[in-house]
Amino acid sequence: MFNLVNLTIDGVQLSVPADFTVMKAADSIGISVPRLCFLEGIHEESNCRVCIVKIKGQNGLKTSCSTKVIEGMEVYTDTKEVFDAVSFNLELLAGNHKFECWKCSRENSCEFLDLLRRFNVDNDFSNAKLFDQKEIKINNTSDSMILDSSKCVLCGRCVSACEKLSGLGILNFSNRGSKTYIGPAQFHNLEDAGCIYCGKCIQACPTGAIREKDEIKSLERALRDTSKTIVVQVAPSVRAALGEEFGYKIGTNVEGQMFAALKELGIHEIIDTNFTADLTIIEEGHEFINRVQNGGTLPMFTSCSPGWVNYLELYYPEYIPNLSSCKSPQQMAGALIKTYYAKKLNKKPEEIYSVSIMPCVAKKSEAKRPGMGRDGYKDVDLVLTTRELARIIRHRGIPFKDLDPIRPFGDLASYTGAASIFGASGGVMEAALRTVTEILEGHSTPVEFNEIRGLKDIKEATYTVAGMDVNVAVVHGGAAIKEFFKLLKTTDKQYHFVEIMGCTGGCINGGGQPIVSAINQEKYDVRALRTKVLYNIDHNTEFRKSHENPAIKMIYDDFLGKPSSHKAHELLHTVYKERKYYDVK
Amino acid sequence: MLDRMHILVCGGAECKQSNSVALRDKFNSEIKRLNLGDDIKTLLTGCFGLCALGPHVLIYPGETLYSGVKLDDIPEIVEQHIANGKPVDRLLFKGEFDRKKFRNRSELTFFARQKRIALRNCGVINPLKINEYIARNGYEALGKVVTTMTREETINEVKKSGLRGRGGGGFPAGLKWEFAKNSISDQKYVICNADEGDPGAFMDRAVLEGDPHSVLEAMAICGYAIGASIGYIYIRAEYPVAVKRLDIAIKQAEELGLLGNNIFDSGFNFKIEIRLGAGAFVCGEETALIASIEGERGMPRKKPPFPAVRGLFGKPTNVNNVETFANVPVIFLKGADWFKAIGTEKSSGTKVFALGGKIANTGLLEVPMGTTLREVIYEIGGGIPNKREFKAAQTGGPSGGCITADSLDTPIDFDNLIALGSMMGSGGMIVMDEDNCMVDVARFYLEFTVEESCGKCTPCREGTKRMLDILNRICEGEGTLEDLDMLENLAYMIKDSSLCGLGQTAPNPVLSTLKHFRDEYEAHVIDKVCPAGVCSNLTNYVVLENCIGCTKCSRNCPVGAIEGKVKEKHFIDLNACIRCGVCKTVCPVNAISTKPEHWEVA
Amino acid sequence: MKTLVELKALREKSYKEMYLHGVTNGVRIQVGYGTCGIAAGAKPVYEAFLSEINSLKLDNVEVTQVGCMGECAFEPIVEVLESNGSKTIYCLVTDRIASEIVEEHIVKGNRIDKYLLSKIKR
Repeated sequence: MFNLVNLTIDGVQLSVPADFTVMKAADSIGISVPRLCFLEGIHEESNCRVCIVKIKGQNGLKTSCSTKVIEGMEVYTDTKEVFDAVSFNLELLAGNHKFECWKCSRENSCEFLDLLRRFNVDNDFSNAKLFDQKEIKINNTSDSMILDSSKCVLCGRCVSACEKLSGLGILNFSNRGSKTYIGPAQFHNLEDAGCIYCGKCIQACPTGAIREKDEIKSLERALRDTSKTIVVQVAPSVRAALGEEFGYKIGTNVEGQMFAALKELGIHEIIDTNFTADLTIIEEGHEFINRVQNGGTLPMFTSCSPGWVNYLELYYPEYIPNLSSCKSPQQMAGALIKTYYAKKLNKKPEEIYSVSIMPCVAKKSEAKRPGMGRDGYKDVDLVLTTRELARIIRHRGIPFKDLDPIRPFGDLASYTGAASIFGASGGVMEAALRTVTEILEGHSTPVEFNEIRGLKDIKEATYTVAGMDVNVAVVHGGAAIKEFFKLLKTTDKQYHFVEIMGCTGGCINGGGQPIVSAINQEKYDVRALRTKVLYNIDHNTEFRKSHENPAIKMIYDDFLGKPSSHKAHELLHTVYKERKYYDVK
Repeated sequence: MLDRMHILVCGGAECKQSNSVALRDKFNSEIKRLNLGDDIKTLLTGCFGLCALGPHVLIYPGETLYSGVKLDDIPEIVEQHIANGKPVDRLLFKGEFDRKKFRNRSELTFFARQKRIALRNCGVINPLKINEYIARNGYEALGKVVTTMTREETINEVKKSGLRGRGGGGFPAGLKWEFAKNSISDQKYVICNADEGDPGAFMDRAVLEGDPHSVLEAMAICGYAIGASIGYIYIRAEYPVAVKRLDIAIKQAEELGLLGNNIFDSGFNFKIEIRLGAGAFVCGEETALIASIEGERGMPRKKPPFPAVRGLFGKPTNVNNVETFANVPVIFLKGADWFKAIGTEKSSGTKVFALGGKIANTGLLEVPMGTTLREVIYEIGGGIPNKREFKAAQTGGPSGGCITADSLDTPIDFDNLIALGSMMGSGGMIVMDEDNCMVDVARFYLEFTVEESCGKCTPCREGTKRMLDILNRICEGEGTLEDLDMLENLAYMIKDSSLCGLGQTAPNPVLSTLKHFRDEYEAHVIDKVCPAGVCSNLTNYVVLENCIGCTKCSRNCPVGAIEGKVKEKHFIDLNACIRCGVCKTVCPVNAISTKPEHWEVA
Repeated sequence: MKTLVELKALREKSYKEMYLHGVTNGVRIQVGYGTCGIAAGAKPVYEAFLSEINSLKLDNVEVTQVGCMGECAFEPIVEVLESNGSKTIYCLVTDRIASEIVEEHIVKGNRIDKYLLSKIKR
């Protein structure tokens, strides 16, 4: 596709490669054709009909996202005819929409609302006296996500995202014509439909039709409950993306302001999930060494991604023995909060309200798993996504950009560089290697393992450790997981340790992270930009290997004893169970 | 009343060569003498162009052509052929009869004006016996193509014939085949679109039930031409008889080696499989059909890429309608020139129409393109029954528009119908009379498209539904003049911006009826009256003077709104009447009317 | 079948068997058996013909099912083709009329005017 094609758009002459669409050609000269269903590489079905333009000599209006440029083409993107047609289509969509913009999860990131503003659309079709109102279908029994047809514009981006990015295809169009809705087959409850809660659908949705279960009110209530002491932990990836909600460029580290904002909200006890990331490495590292030295099940799979754990329990339950028994950093932190930390604060566990801020929607249901608590209480009482944190900050009127950065001090808040990279694909593996190699070799070993960094779906490397060749792999995203298991079942190669994440790119691209519009997803490599933040933090941290963290040494000395101790197992390890979906009795 | 026979004498009154007038008179007197009835008509017709061998006499049904007929031959013809059905062999014309030279404009029978090409074997052969198809030159075209013609020659022949798609699009078939041929791939497919979803259309069904092999043979020819080895027939599950007969036909063809490997020892392989539809009109759209075969939800896909480049399973695919395929073997048997000579300049060949509605002869007919609507409706169709007046004819089903009385002399072809604001569609033709409400007709078609819309694109999914909401309110008496503007604006927007043909054509019935019958719409919204007496909220039921007092209406009225004594004129209380229409249906003397002009009578 | 020659031979043989246009002697009775015909009641008509032909042992008469002839409003339709080339179309046929057709037309050679398609009064 090396030839250039000359065409005119709105009177402007330009030359673009022959494989460009009219939309892309227009974008290249700053003419932004309105669009709703187009999501590059994921959903290119030309079905919303919002990007229509007039092409001289052709009947009707054509979708610019699907029309390739042709030599001599004359395109008009903004005639009265085009404007009226696009407005009409938007007005038709508005007629089915239940507008609750003030409390909608997409209050400041709704692509539909932006279009309605741009075209000053009326809302005549919402008049129930004149026009039939569409039945609303809500799927809200799951702990993590809600499907709400009253906000759906039937663009189909979620359907394609689930199919292509998670390889599962949980969502699809059902019914027909004006009764069409999107959801799992038979609109089955999401938690029984084989969904892993990776949230790629949320990230693809242009409106609030698919959203995290909004639990901001629970935090507001807890803050006003004088009988509770609130302890908040924050995941590594949140600080790498939260700033986007307040106008910062993608790839800005706002760690200090993030903690300051929590304090402004009235939270006094703040710890860092990064600390328990380090703890996870110690526990998991020892578990791995134990398996290698004592003939345990190999390869061992990491277990900190609940989306991945869901995937395995639903689709590959025969590999449960391969999963590390370690809880995720969130759950380890929750366990320590309710036991070790509660004691330090001189409080009973029931008096502690443990909150986590996560880039993930699957964490909401992870917190409710059996075994994630004891004596009738849960280790993590509330999980909020990065987006919910941003909303509560905004709603309270806290001027995020003007806050002075702070760092929480305390035992459970210090971390090493190894912990900070947990949010990147390959980060957990690299952190584990930094510790495991040093323990086995008995001397200082390299810090950086570049072979397993990056965005390739399946990354592989072999490291010689204490005379043994250790085969590792790093997999991220449901589609890649599917490919990896195909590989695993047919290969002779013995893998030893595999890091698997439910979200492509790792947690920095989690389902709870700030939404990036379709246009910006094309413009910016979001995953790479956010990942860079974490590797920068790593680079600039004093200690870069988990076992070097003084606070880690302390928690073992003071409380846990040693890795894999009885207490460690009781608090920091868990079990898994095969799950069935569409199990209709 | 249908005539039993037509005797056509060539030459016309002007011709000096033929003593056609004398011939005609002699026929008439002989027929009268033998008392054969007055439903045998002798007509003078135009010049056959075969003057050297004339005068000619053409007898229908049977299209028996006599040449060199003398006055003395007539008694024998009348006694042997007309009276006893036995043609007179010595007088039969022995050469090739070129239909095009025959310009016949006078009264014609159901059969005379028809030219059955796609339906050539329907009603003639037993579809369950491949030998009967072979007896009628079946599979000879395929044999000729794969043993003596190159792929280019095959496609050129189809191009030369001018055959255009019969499913509704009217795209030149030869060109479509050529696109698929030019795509490079290890595997290509031929698909026959037998999903026939237009309400009232059953042309394809007749071909599949009556002559399945013609489709199989054509698909194999297409496969040869484009380089495909597999064909699929996507047939709606609502045609179980056709499915069964196709299945048997495929097996019989395979047994004889006419499908399968190495057909006619040419090295060409072609096998056909059947795939059933599942009740979705939209799957008649070629990309939705392809999606359905692939196991996906039947929703159309954006074009480009066109199926000829990337179709079924991502491979080059040629999709054609049943009737299009049915024409193919004949093109190779009789030649592209022969086919091109039939019909009009831009629309060659014939078209099968399914005539329905307010017409005497409902059924299937096949006429050369260029036949006028008047001929179809009055000559062949037998006109409007019950002494009613013609109001409109809808062609193209839910994608088409209505044609009014002032356009009845339009020759039917693809382009003329589009110019009239309608389209050929697949061939359904519904005739309407003064008792049809055109607003209700538009609503009927829109209800269908709203139900069948796949839901993928915004304008069709949402827009047609809103148009229907408006039409429903209009028919219930709650419409306004502004609604008519909104209807029109929505219609044009939906036409302009929909993803596929269903959406792009769904507004046509509304736009067409708005254009030709705006007064009816205005009566509904301004006067709140339905002039045709159909929309129950906008009509009144009235007993007319010819009531015989049989009491049948009042006995059947579900709400007791009709009063009257035996043998006395009855009376309907309009306050109690719920406009159910039962009284009108049961009245034995048509004494109950809903027409506005009768309301004053009450 | 591997050659056009074989096809031609089969064609000629089949043509003769079909009793068309006076090539062989005999009568061919075609019953319209498209869905329109079946819906209108062609099955009992077809069976009546078969039973009558069999009981009268008429060896030169073939009864066969064909597709839709087009005059769907007047189904069930039956066409009688005779070896002299004559073609007669009966419409709105019932099983009783079928028996009548066999007796009057096939055996005695008399067309029954009142059942002819062309005689239908609207």
